[in-house]
Amino acid sequence: MATIHVDGKAYEVNGADNLLQACLSLGLDIPYFCWHPAMGSVGACRQCAVRQYKDEDDDKGMLVMSCMTPAADRTRISIEDDEAREFRASVVEWLMINHPHDCPVCEEGGHCHLQDMTVMTGHDRRRYRFRKRTHRNQYLGPFIAHEMNRCITCYRCVRFYNEYAGGEDLGAFGANDNIYFGRHQDGVLENEFAGNLTEVCPTGVFTDQTHSDHYTRKWDLQFAPSICHQCSVGCNISPGERYGEIRRIENRYHGEVNGHFLCDRGRFGYGYVNRTDRPRVPAWRSQSKDDPVELDVDAALGHGGSALRAARRIIGIGSPRASLESNHQLRELVGADNFSTGISAPEQAGLERMTELNRTCGLPTPSLRDVEAHDAIFVLGEDLIQSAARLGLSVRQATLARRHDLASKLGIPTWNTDAVKTHGQDRLHPLFIAYPSATGLDPVAVRRHALAPNDIARLGFAVAHAIDPAAPAVDDLDSDMAEAARTIAQALKAASRPLIISGASLGSTSVLDAAGNIARALARRAARGGLMLVRPEANSTGLALMGGHSLEWALDELTGQSADAVVVVENDLYDRAPRDRVDQALAKVQTLVVLDHQYTRTLARAHLALPSASFAEGDGTLVNLEGRAQRFFQVYDPRYIRPQSRIHESWRWLHALGASLHRRPASDITLDDVTHGCAEAHPMLAGIVEAAPGANFRIEGLRLAREPHRYSGRTSMRADQAVAEPRPLQDPDTPFSFSMEGYSGHGRPRQQVPFAWAPGWNSPQAWNKFTDEVGGHLRGGDPGAKVMPLIPGHHDYAGNLPDAFQRQPDRWQLVMMARLFGGDETSSRAEPMQERAEPAHLTLSERDAERLGVSEGLPVGITADVGEVVLPVHVDPGWPDGLAGLSGGIGGGWANGFMVELVPAGNRHNRPAGAGEARPWNG
Amino acid sequence: MLKWLITGTWSQLRTMGLVFMHSFRKRETVNYPDEEVYLPPRYRGRIILTRDPDGEERCVACNLCAVACPVDCISLQKGEQEDGRWYPEFFRINFSRCIYCGMCEEACPTSAIQLTPDFEMSEYRRQELVYEKEDLLINGPGKDHDYHFYKVAGMAIGGKDKGRAQNEQEPKDVKTLLP
Amino acid sequence: MEWLTPQWQANLLAMGQALVILLGAVLLGAVLTVIERRLLGLWQDRYGPNRVGPFGSLQLVADMIKIFFKEDWIPPFADRTLFVLSPAIAMASLLLSFIIIPITPGWGIADLHIGLLFFFAMAGINVYAVLFGGWASGNKYALIGAMRASAQTLSYEVFMGLALMGVVAITGSFNMREIVNAQADLWFIVPQFFGFCTFLIAGIAVTHRHPFDQPEAEQELADGYHVEYSSMKFGMFFIGEYVGMVLVSALIVTLFFGGWHGPWLPPVVWFALKTGFFLIFFILLRGSLPRPRYDRVMSFGWKVCLPLTLVNLLVTGAVVLLVPG
Ligand code: SF4
Ligand code: SF4
Ligand code: SF4
Ligand code: SF4
Ligand code: FES
Repeated sequence: MATIHVDGKAYEVNGADNLLQACLSLGLDIPYFCWHPAMGSVGACRQCAVRQYKDEDDDKGMLVMSCMTPAADRTRISIEDDEAREFRASVVEWLMINHPHDCPVCEEGGHCHLQDMTVMTGHDRRRYRFRKRTHRNQYLGPFIAHEMNRCITCYRCVRFYNEYAGGEDLGAFGANDNIYFGRHQDGVLENEFAGNLTEVCPTGVFTDQTHSDHYTRKWDLQFAPSICHQCSVGCNISPGERYGEIRRIENRYHGEVNGHFLCDRGRFGYGYVNRTDRPRVPAWRSQSKDDPVELDVDAALGHGGSALRAARRIIGIGSPRASLESNHQLRELVGADNFSTGISAPEQAGLERMTELNRTCGLPTPSLRDVEAHDAIFVLGEDLIQSAARLGLSVRQATLARRHDLASKLGIPTWNTDAVKTHGQDRLHPLFIAYPSATGLDPVAVRRHALAPNDIARLGFAVAHAIDPAAPAVDDLDSDMAEAARTIAQALKAASRPLIISGASLGSTSVLDAAGNIARALARRAARGGLMLVRPEANSTGLALMGGHSLEWALDELTGQSADAVVVVENDLYDRAPRDRVDQALAKVQTLVVLDHQYTRTLARAHLALPSASFAEGDGTLVNLEGRAQRFFQVYDPRYIRPQSRIHESWRWLHALGASLHRRPASDITLDDVTHGCAEAHPMLAGIVEAAPGANFRIEGLRLAREPHRYSGRTSMRADQAVAEPRPLQDPDTPFSFSMEGYSGHGRPRQQVPFAWAPGWNSPQAWNKFTDEVGGHLRGGDPGAKVMPLIPGHHDYAGNLPDAFQRQPDRWQLVMMARLFGGDETSSRAEPMQERAEPAHLTLSERDAERLGVSEGLPVGITADVGEVVLPVHVDPGWPDGLAGLSGGIGGGWANGFMVELVPAGNRHNRPAGAGEARPWNG
Repeated sequence: MLKWLITGTWSQLRTMGLVFMHSFRKRETVNYPDEEVYLPPRYRGRIILTRDPDGEERCVACNLCAVACPVDCISLQKGEQEDGRWYPEFFRINFSRCIYCGMCEEACPTSAIQLTPDFEMSEYRRQELVYEKEDLLINGPGKDHDYHFYKVAGMAIGGKDKGRAQNEQEPKDVKTLLP
Repeated sequence: MEWLTPQWQANLLAMGQALVILLGAVLLGAVLTVIERRLLGLWQDRYGPNRVGPFGSLQLVADMIKIFFKEDWIPPFADRTLFVLSPAIAMASLLLSFIIIPITPGWGIADLHIGLLFFFAMAGINVYAVLFGGWASGNKYALIGAMRASAQTLSYEVFMGLALMGVVAITGSFNMREIVNAQADLWFIVPQFFGFCTFLIAGIAVTHRHPFDQPEAEQELADGYHVEYSSMKFGMFFIGEYVGMVLVSALIVTLFFGGWHGPWLPPVVWFALKTGFFLIFFILLRGSLPRPRYDRVMSFGWKVCLPLTLVNLLVTGAVVLLVPG
């Protein structure tokens, strides 16, 4: 703590901050451009000038850049000083001499940091009479638009892209007046976090292309606090809706999870919500061969209820991409004995093992912010950038943090980025990765061990043994592996906070056990370490805590005709199980009820199809990979623009269906009812009630506004349908209102912030007004509640060591390779995502490719029990022999561990429909 | 007190006298619709969308009019032509809500939206007062004859490359080594 | 025809006269609504209603059709009996006052000894109409309007009566005809100038005309005591106000301007001309004076008008006593 004097007033601040950060944390406004809470200061823009005085008697002082000046005790500065003001005004003026007259046609307009700062400094007349320099733009892919004229050379983009995110294809070119920020030539920005440029860049140089395609100003969007459904990290997002469509997704600051950044899958993968082929009204047919007829709610529920009543036994199949509430309500409908999680048996076994390990390994699960504080990391069997991208970004920061440690030894403050970097050079915290193919974190890793799953597990066991000899040893390790195990163990032991990361990507419980053993070994050494286990889908963790039968069990029950009706919730069975198997099971079913927000192959077969809400139209709770229950809230009501649509949350449908089934009078149910019901039914999930405030939460007696107070077009957006405006829709489930009426300020601390705005702060930088200190936590507390607590005590090591991987002469072991773009069921239905995703392919080692006589790009037929696909080959030099890597997200029941036959398919291009595209979903 | 009473009474009587003298004044109102009304060109009536001097739609769908409108009766959606030009995919004004305050015209950075001296817009059905772009867009530049937004803005559109707007240099060649 | 005794003839004649006069008063009230609008238009440099019929002459018919065919609505929260009763009281009390007005030497309904007192009595009853109306409406604006009306009427009636005592003292009678006849040589406006002033003011106030229309002040009370009334019930209040105007004008003419007296022209014309002048004066008042604050109205009544009347009465009394005959 330090005391600083600003304009004659004394304040207590964090002495480790710079003055800019300290003042912003105090709520004082100083304009700035190049400083960013996550990237520190470089002093490039000169916008943050203030006058600093030596001591009380100094009345001259001098101008300093507040971002480059420590907030040391007894610092005296003046923000309001005339000369400082004039200086700042002139800085904006010269930043603007080349700025185009673009605001009306600029996607940044209305949430532009440059606009905000220009207004803040008071510059409003152009005096410069000479000509503006101009630049040509580049094509940067389907996600990001480029308009280089608008650049003010703050260097934030390259600092983020190259340093923070580790991208290599964006740079600063030219010198002096020529400076250009872009790629060496047109092309897709490769980095998986490129989307953050749209928020990092304080101007309209980098903007969201997917948003531009259906552009709406920030003030016109309707927001709600939401949770990204695209992977298990559970980043907080702020989706914006207009005219019944999600228009863009922006980061919603969470001090523990995502901080300032999202990955591109989360940011640009929302397009599936807007697909025109989504089911929007219930459809019914009594015979599978009939055409479905669209029905109204009551009729549909009536048919559904009587069909289910006629059934002998009803199976319910849930989904790890549906909320806890929806799964719970399904379980209530069919009974716990008849409930399947909709997850395949091996995956479910893995999930259960992960839950157990998280609770009994003796090490806590860190949050993402906490990950960045670990100083040695071992990743077993995960390509984090592909499977849990945002976590990968945090791991990268953890390795880079060594520079901070080194710098602080010299007394260099961590925010002094350039000095920290120059001093630290390539000295990073150790990161070890064991994964068959190259990963995005390799550049910051000490070493990546390209191993088959079993060998990864064996390496892990060996590391555990090297840390704690009490852990089971691995015999017959080759010397390389033994050496590797020793090195890794050494690094982990030396670290003050070692972190083990593993997960479900390779579908191997042995790998998980190995990770668990290392964690236990570390825990016995009383290390302040952590264990992080990556789950495949948004709510996999939650569903594992809830429990239920596997998908195979459900299909067997149906095939064996011990049940004749099935209710499937937000799950495309064809995506998770082989087509024949699903066909067989569904052929025996008398009544198939499917609730989904996408037109899936399963839904296409339904007798009763009910349109359920995606994350944008519904409320619910997810549990992320660290066991944090987080609530997502409905962004908009589809009925406002499309009164004919009948979309409801699955839990609401299931409640009504239950009433119809049991001939109970129809009654409504609210989110709070279901959440409480779910918490009571599952002791492990008791904490989810605390994840967010209930529907009667109010601030100053007000609901929270979903729309900014400048929201326009209220009396006209719907006037083409009917000129009389309907009453704004009411929301019984949440404390938010579907209008601009309600609280939207930053004065009262709150957890749930639909959108960040403060007077004078329209850009995402407004989040600084909601945090306790800039880059810290939300003043109302970071949202969410942790479930899955550690069980204290010592737990035994796992002992069942797998055999070393033996490559087989004519069969290959299948490894599913997580894919960020195109690798999950929902976001891969979004158009820009399909454009960005690389075609699915098969990865082989050089030797195997030679053996098969194929080379890069040639098609190979892959055959297993589940069927055949033909995919082009990708030859990876480091890839272990005997493994076949298949791009994730191709569906059809392809899974880790299959032994497949490979046949070169020559040049015949008779691929099965859809294979090789991002996702064959409507085949 | 007495003075107050007397001056007060006098003032009232004088007022009445003055008002009475209005019996001999010309009438300020006209017998509309028998007689036509003169409306000055800056009268704020029916709203139009204009075109730039080249005959292209002026509106760039920036949404500033919509946000300026105190009764929120404008809504529109941005679209983009092949050549990069922004335009409104739809543009709707609900005249049953409009108060003809002219804030939209004030806010418009392109002179696209203008109020005209026409107020004869009554309808028997309110729904008819919802005007779409076809009803609003005219074939001329309206009151502002010269302004051409894209000639000033830095964005490249068909027929106007980078560096061709007012006060612009040729685009920089980043690959040159010369200063 | 033997039942047609002279007594009966006189009776019939009186009834006929009564009918003509009362109907005439009501009709005049109705026509006044249109005349007022036209005159206000004239003084405000606009046209006023000129669309129905030539020069808007049929406006009255249009208005009547409208008001007769409006839904006659009684709010569910109203006190029905009083609600229906009060417009009737309003109309009746005003029309009854008319019977004391002598129009010409031959025309007049009743020649009461207590003529003036009868008028005061009726004016007192009129307050009930307003009070009942405001109370029965169950509406706070109506109630406030009614409260204002009764307070205002009570205050102004005090010196209204006193203002006329000068006239009565000079004439030595309450009888209207005697008062008129007493003015054959000199209109009472001359000896009773202050009495005239205060009576005029009180007259305006008692009929709730501008600038003393506090009880109905649209801008504050949304129409005051008759805000809940519609159709002909409202019509009765509305026409009643104009009948009141006619009544007060006729009284002023009778008491201070020599009634029917005047050279050359027949008495009825004189009476009509004089009354017409005051009606127009009433309208001009409305067209030119703003509405004062309510407390000012009250303090003006009590602190200015009342003392003035008292002084006037004292002086008149002294003069009557000192100057014999
Ligand atoms: S970057 Fe900001 S200031 Fe520049 S044109 Fe875009 S909105 Fe305007
Ligand atoms: S492109 Fe944006 S972030 Fe990069 S230097 Fe320019 S203004 Fe700054
Ligand atoms: S004139 Fe005023 S009310 Fe009408 S559209 Fe324009 S801004 Fe809105
Ligand atoms: S302000 Fe002008 S340019 Fe912008 S949307 Fe409205 S009419 Fe179009
Ligand atoms: S923010 Fe301090 S110099 Fe840019």
